[in-house]
Amino acid sequence: MFINFFFNLKAHGVPVSLHEWITLHHALAQNLNDCSLTRFYHVARSILVKNEIFFDRYDLAFLDTFKDIETTDEMLEKILEGLRKVKELKLSEEEKRQVDELNLDEVLRNFEEQFRQGHFKNHVGGNRAIGTGGRSTQGAWGYNPAGVRIGQGESRHKRAVQIAEKRSFRNYSSSITLDTRQMKVALAHLRALLPLGPEEKLNLEATIDATSKNAGEIELVWENKEKKAAKVILMMDVGGSMTPYARMVERLFSAASSQISRFKHFYFHNCVYQDLWTDIERRDSVSTAEFMKSEDSDYKLIMVGDAEMAPSELTWVNGAVDYWYHNDLPGLVWLQRIREKFRDSIWLTPIQNRAWGYVQTTRMIADIFPMFELTLDGLDDGVKFLMQGKGRLHA
Amino acid sequence: MDYFKGTSDYVLSPELKDNVNVSIALGRPLLVKGEPGTGKTLLAHSIAEGVGKRLVIWNIKSTTKAREGLYVYDTVQRLNDARFGDRDISDIRQYIKPGRLGESFATEEQVVLLIDEIDKADIEFPNDLLNELDEMSFHIPETGETVKAKQRPIVIITSNSEKELPDPFLRRCVFHYIEFPSESLMEEIVYVHFPEIEKKLLRECLKKFYWIRQFDMLRKKPSTSELIDWIQALTAGGISPSKVEKELPFLGTLLKKKEDTDLVAQSAPGHHGFNTSIRTRNVY
Repeated sequence: MFINFFFNLKAHGVPVSLHEWITLHHALAQNLNDCSLTRFYHVARSILVKNEIFFDRYDLAFLDTFKDIETTDEMLEKILEGLRKVKELKLSEEEKRQVDELNLDEVLRNFEEQFRQGHFKNHVGGNRAIGTGGRSTQGAWGYNPAGVRIGQGESRHKRAVQIAEKRSFRNYSSSITLDTRQMKVALAHLRALLPLGPEEKLNLEATIDATSKNAGEIELVWENKEKKAAKVILMMDVGGSMTPYARMVERLFSAASSQISRFKHFYFHNCVYQDLWTDIERRDSVSTAEFMKSEDSDYKLIMVGDAEMAPSELTWVNGAVDYWYHNDLPGLVWLQRIREKFRDSIWLTPIQNRAWGYVQTTRMIADIFPMFELTLDGLDDGVKFLMQGKGRLHA
Repeated sequence: MDYFKGTSDYVLSPELKDNVNVSIALGRPLLVKGEPGTGKTLLAHSIAEGVGKRLVIWNIKSTTKAREGLYVYDTVQRLNDARFGDRDISDIRQYIKPGRLGESFATEEQVVLLIDEIDKADIEFPNDLLNELDEMSFHIPETGETVKAKQRPIVIITSNSEKELPDPFLRRCVFHYIEFPSESLMEEIVYVHFPEIEKKLLRECLKKFYWIRQFDMLRKKPSTSELIDWIQALTAGGISPSKVEKELPFLGTLLKKKEDTDLVAQSAPGHHGFNTSIRTRNVY
């Protein structure tokens, strides 16, 4: 039964290894959870889950595995509702002796029976049923040496299942669309693009040369370790349905830009045509053709847009959504040209993966660009895809 | 075995306390993550005080190499000494300087080792420490010595999740994510720092503080340490609670970016959340 927890975690996509599972058993063997389900919940989480984005899935797996345990907690709760604290019972020695004769097995059997029949509600002072202040074998503040004591003082059996049920880490889950808090984590993924900083290093050969020329007087030559420059172009859809995302994405990348050695960003509306806008209000622009000619093809290109538009915007001459804008070439051609120039390129869309198939233009663009969701997972996959150079393999 | 019960000057949740003890009992590093300013670094100080051990801090920078934590072989110094013949250079050992990790291994008594902001370093950095943290020993090829920890240090590692940490490294850690404190926990935290604080002022400050944190558009949300600074400024300036109610004095201590200050200052007067406190006062 317990091993199910491990497989449930796996099934919910929590990356848990055997190594950690065994560590958990070490912890349990030392009783570090102090026999409490709540503490077990936290201890197991600290050992098995190493990223807060998986906390929500952990909660789900925990619920799946231990929801049966909930019955004891629920039972306790129900009984507590039924019990009210009353005056303690004083028994004579004779009565006490009679009560002593009951043995524990009998008591437990009786308890379960009583519980099943629901006899515990507001029962005070009786001899048989669950209640308060009575001589029965169940309940609180009563007298019976072999009794089942329920709900007296503070229960340590706090409700881990309930904590899991709350799912307070849902927002940390990585499959929802990025919000501001998660931008920081997303940035961390982008840093995978980043080079290592400069480093001081002794150039041995140059040092020997210089020292020899210097007639044995030691001359140290330092050099900077070569930097691998990450070059990123961001093209972002602004206007219309993308407006809510535009500022966010821009901030995301401008924050990253300080670390990417060469970072360029441009804007478009729905699709790229002969002009690339350099400001978000789309007043200044550069020529797309000129830009492609002048830049190296080793830039990594990230397109951000919802890829949802009228098909004509992609396929028609003068199909651009803005009435004042005329394009001599269909947008699709421009997209293909860009893709041919920058083979390391991806398209990020805030639309969920499962909805891509329903929109014709999304399918058309996904044929040209490898498409990823604008979520933590998607961004992560996309950046990995770029870094591994898989963009070149994409059709 | 050492058992950490917490210290009077650091408020921590029972789960975190449990996790600290789990990590001590299992002899595994405790990896602490959380928003900046939630007291990750202070935790290590508190643990060191709580279990009565010396604290060794290893601050990680972007250029830090794993080996620097173990030892540094100062070849240049040796070369220099060879040139001028000041010292006996045949003894390599004098040019081997232990790093923070090496230092915590070599000491006689058990220490608490804080590896601060491990995510600042190169992405491979944690992997380079796998064996050292597992075995608590390392080898110095230059002298042929093996340094082995006499007492396994209690290792606390903090991360701001700027970079993903590699899986093999994570597998060996106990992980805790410090959530942002709730209002009641925050009250406790503030009391630790300002035992004398006026209740009304505290409540007003917290109300404003959590109100400001609600803004999603903030470039940098104020954290606990900034709240403490703010309250310090308010008490030092002798600001009355009613003034905090109506305006936001010393906003600069809470918000560090001009855009944020503008945003909050602009939306303050007309904002419902801001005005509720004023309304409650009229009722009572």
